[in-house]
Amino acid sequence: MAEPLLSLQGVSAGHGEAVVLQDISLQVAPGEAVALLGRNGTGKTTLITTVMGAGPRLRAGSIRFAGQDIARLPSERRAALGLGWVPQERNVFRSLTVEENLTAVARPGPWTLARVMELFPRLAERRRNLGSALSGGEQQMLAMGRALMLNPRLVLLDEPLEGLAPVIVQGLLAAIRRMVREDGLAAVIVEQHARLVLPITDRAVILDRGRIVHAGGSDALLAAPEVAERHLGLNHV
Amino acid sequence: MRLALEAAFWLLALASHWLLPEQLPLLGQVWIVALFVLSLDLLVGFAGVLTLGHAAFFGLGAYAAGILAQQGWGEPLSGLLLAALLAALLGLVTAPLVLHGGDLPALMVTLGLSLMLAEAANKLPGITGGADGLLGVEMWPVLGLFRFDLFGRTAFFYALAVLFLLFLLARLITASPFGLALRGIRGNARRMPALGTPVRARLVAVYALSAAYAGVAGALLAQTTQFVSLDALSFQRSAEGLLMLVLGGLGALYGALLGAVAFTLAHHILSEMSPLFWQFWIGVALVGLALAGRGGLLGLGALLLRRGRA
Repeated sequence: MAEPLLSLQGVSAGHGEAVVLQDISLQVAPGEAVALLGRNGTGKTTLITTVMGAGPRLRAGSIRFAGQDIARLPSERRAALGLGWVPQERNVFRSLTVEENLTAVARPGPWTLARVMELFPRLAERRRNLGSALSGGEQQMLAMGRALMLNPRLVLLDEPLEGLAPVIVQGLLAAIRRMVREDGLAAVIVEQHARLVLPITDRAVILDRGRIVHAGGSDALLAAPEVAERHLGLNHV
Repeated sequence: MRLALEAAFWLLALASHWLLPEQLPLLGQVWIVALFVLSLDLLVGFAGVLTLGHAAFFGLGAYAAGILAQQGWGEPLSGLLLAALLAALLGLVTAPLVLHGGDLPALMVTLGLSLMLAEAANKLPGITGGADGLLGVEMWPVLGLFRFDLFGRTAFFYALAVLFLLFLLARLITASPFGLALRGIRGNARRMPALGTPVRARLVAVYALSAAYAGVAGALLAQTTQFVSLDALSFQRSAEGLLMLVLGGLGALYGALLGAVAFTLAHHILSEMSPLFWQFWIGVALVGLALAGRGGLLGLGALLLRRGRA
């Protein structure tokens, strides 16, 4: 594997006194897409927010991004280094228009307003609409577009497909595939349903009770559904 | 439509000089108050930082410009610049105290700071004139051409021009990524850092900017009335500014202007009709507006326009 872009070594983290993640070691190479799988409550979101420095308390271990120790950096410095995050709640700015949502956080780089609009034509149609007037799928597109406007080197997508209609899911999967396959953006994609993201990722990591219980190629996991079934249950494969 | 309404607003403001020639001193005051409320809108309406002590910056600007002129430099624009710089500096120094906690601590700290400044001005009569006010403020003509006159004509145009220019600047700032990020902070400050926005730095910047605007408003009052009293630093000024902002509508710039115009004119008319009872009617208007819909006068106007079209 090439020099990792993101590297976690022996990370333990949690909320207050509660330890959620234990001894997590994980590397993501530049341009690599990693599926982060697991049932509800296994620590997937805590892992993402620990990397972003957005809440959980890091109790042990190191987090390095682009060769720099980021464990003590505030979130805005991590974002400035190239970490993009699309939270599960989306958190679009409800009182801003679609276009304003995107320009509010823009940083110079290849991802521009025009390019984001091209990736999500629906956003171009709704560019003058307020965030509060968007459907769930449109809000997800906007949250992803907004993360891209930061011109990240690695984007953390927390359950981007949750609660969306199948037709919207297919559209978003196509956009994510383009981001990671054609545009070479590194990504960690949190998802409960393995079969949705395994085809568009290089590697898969399964979390259970705050520990990594499986790590390997996405193709191998697709070819061996019994492994996924064992860790995720039939409903989540 | 929007552009036409905006043009109508500013043309009407300009035309009031000829429509109400007897009221020029009052109208000049309206533009100054509007600038003060605009400064509050930048802070409260856009960034969501609450304050009960914004008069501290207004008063500092007023005394700075007044003392500069009293000491022999009566050039108006440099007075505005000095007021803006000193107020911004006070804003930068006090912002960490104000932004330390949540809304309630911010209210208490801003109130406390403005009370301290008012008391300091009261106890330093050698500099501020104390309770008698600052006398001997003599202004030079604006741009070396327009002498301040008894009828308030120069004051009217001077205050309106400064308000207009600073309004345009505020519009540019609020439409910029900086301004949009402020609205993002107001909506969800917790998530903004992960979007690359240093929340504290942005809030300190807008606090200083808002302080500078309030300082310029205070300086305009000192220059156009050629007098500064402790009233410039009063709690009532801070509270009325907030009241006007809520009355007009938060976070939309024009709401601040509408609120200031409506409140000052209503104050003038109602206090002539009923000198002891005028605040009752202001209270009635506030309750009525709150019940009619969100967004104050501006929100009400937008609602009526939408219904008119439907």
